[in-house]
Amino acid sequence: MLRLDSLSQSYGEHRVLRDVSLSVPDGQLLCVVGPSGCGKSTLLRTIAGLLPVREGAVTIDGTLVTGVPDRLAVVFQDYGRSLLPWLSVRDNVALPLRRQGLRRAERRAEAEHMLERVGLEASARRSPWQLSGGMQQRVAIARALVVRPSLLLMDEPFGSLDARTREDLEDLLLEVHRTDGATIVFVTHDIDESVYLGDRVVVLSAGPDSRVARDLPVGLPAQRDQIATRGLPEFVALRAEVGRAVRAPARAAVLGPADAEPEQAR
Amino acid sequence: MSRRGRRDVGLGVLGVLLAFGACEAVSRAGIVRRTYLPPASEVLARAVELAGDSAFLDGIGATVRAWALGLTLACVIAVPLGLLLGSVPVVEAAMRAIVEFLRPLPSVALIPLVSLLLGSGTRTEVTLIAYASVWPILFNTMYGLRESEPLAKDTLRAFGFGRAAVLWRVELAGAAPFIAAGVRISAAVALVLAVATELLSGFGEGLGIFIAQAQLATDGTRDVLAGVVWAGALGLVVNGVLVWGERRLFPWAPERRAVRT
Ligand SMILES: Nc1ncnc2c1ncn2[C@@H]1O[C@H](COP(=O)(O)OP(=O)(O)OP(=O)(O)O)[C@@H](O)[C@H]1O
Ligand SMILES: [Mg+2]
Repeated sequence: MLRLDSLSQSYGEHRVLRDVSLSVPDGQLLCVVGPSGCGKSTLLRTIAGLLPVREGAVTIDGTLVTGVPDRLAVVFQDYGRSLLPWLSVRDNVALPLRRQGLRRAERRAEAEHMLERVGLEASARRSPWQLSGGMQQRVAIARALVVRPSLLLMDEPFGSLDARTREDLEDLLLEVHRTDGATIVFVTHDIDESVYLGDRVVVLSAGPDSRVARDLPVGLPAQRDQIATRGLPEFVALRAEVGRAVRAPARAAVLGPADAEPEQAR
Repeated sequence: MSRRGRRDVGLGVLGVLLAFGACEAVSRAGIVRRTYLPPASEVLARAVELAGDSAFLDGIGATVRAWALGLTLACVIAVPLGLLLGSVPVVEAAMRAIVEFLRPLPSVALIPLVSLLLGSGTRTEVTLIAYASVWPILFNTMYGLRESEPLAKDTLRAFGFGRAAVLWRVELAGAAPFIAAGVRISAAVALVLAVATELLSGFGEGLGIFIAQAQLATDGTRDVLAGVVWAGALGLVVNGVLVWGERRLFPWAPERRAVRT
């Protein structure tokens, strides 16, 4: 169980998050949406233990997060700069497996297998800087998935992909989630995507002092399908609800009508 | 080679030919006395002739050995020191005054002092070469570390790598092109120091010694200049090899920026 208790974050005088409380049960796929600049990346960096907590607390299974949690993987929003240019694509993906004490040949084999799953088997020996943005993004995704994390943080990981590749990777993520059961916090700009992927969607209000404006369980069947699921009436209704929450002015979203009060899904 | 590269080489050759022609003409036309400035063709012929002179080649060998030894010593000192200064701000703050005091001292001015302390042999030469070569490597290492990608560091930390692994796998690897550029600058500095130390100390063997002794002979200008041609050619070759090596080793480094000291 990942828990945020009244978490507030700021950069010096610049206040970003205010009193954010969330409990994410093990194995949940939580999507976080919110206007640009509201603090989604800040939230992820805090959970990753890369940004010290200002106020409040982040705990995992009851222990306070003070450093990087065990078995964590992160896909950063700025994926290109997170790849190491001096390593080949394959070695970039294989690198985090060093922490698991695998031998070089095993690491490479695992990396190649994961690259195949993101459709990059042909680029394994190239350098990251020789790839397109969308390809680099897939390398970063493969690098995160290859470690079979128990906590996976993804910051707009499909932002640079074309529609078709994006759908394939959404389904890959769902499949990995079903088989490995990681807890996933998935940040996205795309409202459709948040409803399609999530077990739950949290909407952050606009910053500064951004907080949880909406917290919606997604009651769609676990087995999702790009065409059928997106056509379901529940899907359409949820999408509209998330859309309204994202568009709502900050004040209204936080103080607004009773039904906009954050629901705690515990 | 790219079209641009070919054009640059072409222009370089043209420049050399023009300078060569000018020197030749000035001397042959009698504008300056021949003993002051022999025609360029004579100097060049003498330089080529020296390639078959085993005593001269031994001298070149001695100079190159001192150069290589001093430069290696500088790398061994400057890279770890740069890593320390670049990654531990407290140490950097403590050392800053010393570094800023030592840095502007022209190394050539230290030749008499070091000769006094260490005598006028190879030890002095290597010490001075190493001293002068330390600075570009040191500053480029520190600068390279500062330039390392924060997000790459965060990525490794997020995957559970510790401080040492991040320093080694991201910071040092990222600084490598800067360090290499520092070594290239130092290689030139080291050559200057090698020849200058030999020139000033005046005995032993080496390219500088050859030039110093030619200076004393009657009609020695030709030999002095032939020696200088060798020094220049040596510098050119070393630089070319290092630039080529950098391109091969660090193809990702977009422009090989370097801090000069
Ligand atoms: N290192 C930093 N120093 C100072 N302010 C920062 C820093 N990083 C982010 N901010 C500020 O914090 C706020 C939240 O930034 P953050 O990157 O978390 O937003 P975001 O929700 O991820 O936005 P986007 O959807 O555009 O990626 C922004 O107003 C931003 O200006
Ligand atoms: Mg962001």
